[in-house]
Amino acid sequence: MTEDLVGEILESVNLHRTFNKDTPHLIINANQVLSSHQVEGLIMEPEELPDGVRAKLRVKKGVKIGSPVHLCFGLLPERGVQHIIMDIEIEDEAEVSFMAHCTFPNAVDVEHRMEAQIKVGRQAKYSYFERHWHSDEGMVKVVPVARIELEEGAHFSTEFELLKGRVGLIDLDYRTTCQARSSAEMKARIFGRQDDRIQIREAAHLIGEGSRAALTTHIAVKNQARAEINNEIIAEAPYARGHVDCKEIIQDSGLARAVPVVEVRNSKAQVTHEAAIGSVDSKQLQTLMSRGLSEEEAVDLIVEGLLS
Amino acid sequence: MAEDKMAILEVRDVSLQVNSTLILNGLSMEFWAGYVQAVVGPNGAGKSTLASLIMGLPDYRQHTGDILFEGQSIKNLNVDQRARLGITLAWQEPARFEGLKVSQFILAAAKNKDKKEVDRVLDMVGLEPARYRSRDVDKTLSGGERKRIELASILAMKPRLVMLDEPDSGVDIEAIDRIFEAINRLKKAGTTVLLITHSPKVLEKADHAFLICHGTLVDKGVTSKIMEYFSGKCLPCPHQNVPEINSGAATGGKT
Repeated sequence: MTEDLVGEILESVNLHRTFNKDTPHLIINANQVLSSHQVEGLIMEPEELPDGVRAKLRVKKGVKIGSPVHLCFGLLPERGVQHIIMDIEIEDEAEVSFMAHCTFPNAVDVEHRMEAQIKVGRQAKYSYFERHWHSDEGMVKVVPVARIELEEGAHFSTEFELLKGRVGLIDLDYRTTCQARSSAEMKARIFGRQDDRIQIREAAHLIGEGSRAALTTHIAVKNQARAEINNEIIAEAPYARGHVDCKEIIQDSGLARAVPVVEVRNSKAQVTHEAAIGSVDSKQLQTLMSRGLSEEEAVDLIVEGLLS
Repeated sequence: MAEDKMAILEVRDVSLQVNSTLILNGLSMEFWAGYVQAVVGPNGAGKSTLASLIMGLPDYRQHTGDILFEGQSIKNLNVDQRARLGITLAWQEPARFEGLKVSQFILAAAKNKDKKEVDRVLDMVGLEPARYRSRDVDKTLSGGERKRIELASILAMKPRLVMLDEPDSGVDIEAIDRIFEAINRLKKAGTTVLLITHSPKVLEKADHAFLICHGTLVDKGVTSKIMEYFSGKCLPCPHQNVPEINSGAATGGKT
């Protein structure tokens, strides 16, 4: 039974043929831990809750986890709530990358909440790639919240991708505090359709000298989908550097709003931002159409590029 | 040069007026199948406007007169419909596509969707496939590189008629040679090539040329005759040196 569920979850994220049980992983369906595997230096302590799972993940000091740690969070029934609480600590000089898949392939009325506390130690490296797989019904509510602390020289990168199926509602809120010479890169790529709602708040607070942050959000909305992006970088230390990049393509009656906030409190710091919102670039469109693509094919290719 | 000059494209008494400014004025031209022909003239003469109008770009559709491709009017066809007949345009300043790989860009246009086609056409324009096929068609490429990638996509498309707008602008000497080689390849493959240029070096590649000025056809003939324009023997014309007409999207300048 459990193996069947593991198989179903892996198949829904297209990993059923390639997944290796010996890779470090944690697979969860609703509030049930279906499978996990640790490797030396990586400690995972999942605990089942009535409506989800609380998991402590720790990478010991100086340990470099060679292959990505796979995290699969699924909710296979049509309805339900999944609450994931993550407490992650990457100790000094450790390195780890996560490949996370969140899958709700049959969702009719599903809510997925994720609360993460992430601490990345001195000179440690943490990367997290999160891909969402939703049904075409759009009745998924995704609320990921993360608070991230980067110690001196730490590197943190996260990438959130939601391109397959309907978004439903996403309300993402990631905030990072960066100590000296640490760096944070946060990216989100989302395609909203029908009446999807997308709300993104990414923030980096550069409090240490020479700390850096880059916040990148690329969104496409079509039909009546709406997106609101509120990205913020505050730099208050010398030589802190930040950049906010927000690009949104709207089609049909889609609506997009971007509010980049940049605040500099130190004369030796610098933060830049760029935001571009609009329909598909006419020159790009005409170039592809002059090669024989229909307008629809050309738009699809341009959007695919933006979200790649 | 072959003696049988069969028109593949005819421009018949075409005028284009934007906000009371006449940008093209009663132009009539014939472009012959399999030939390399050039349209030359000073800045603001209407060369790029003519190419945009033949391609059917949205801001250039309100013209009078007619455009015929293989004897059939294409006046009411959209850009992609004209492209599917085999007409295409290489822009003076190619578009940038963030996130789109060179291979995707080329294959989107290619008749043969085999991935080997990407390497074949990149080779043709002198770009090492291993270095370029996975790069994005964005600002990380120089203007010259994007120009060659655009030409590669056109080689993969195998068009019947291609218009190259200022093919030498913004490219280095080596790249120009590669672009000229590509023009020769297109011609050998039977493609009609229309060069939009004010460069004598580019004009040399043409079999025949048209000189336009102020939206009007001033002269036409073998390349050596039109070349005189570049050696200070500009023919009398009503040109009043109005290089840019800032009157909305359809200007006499570049697209």
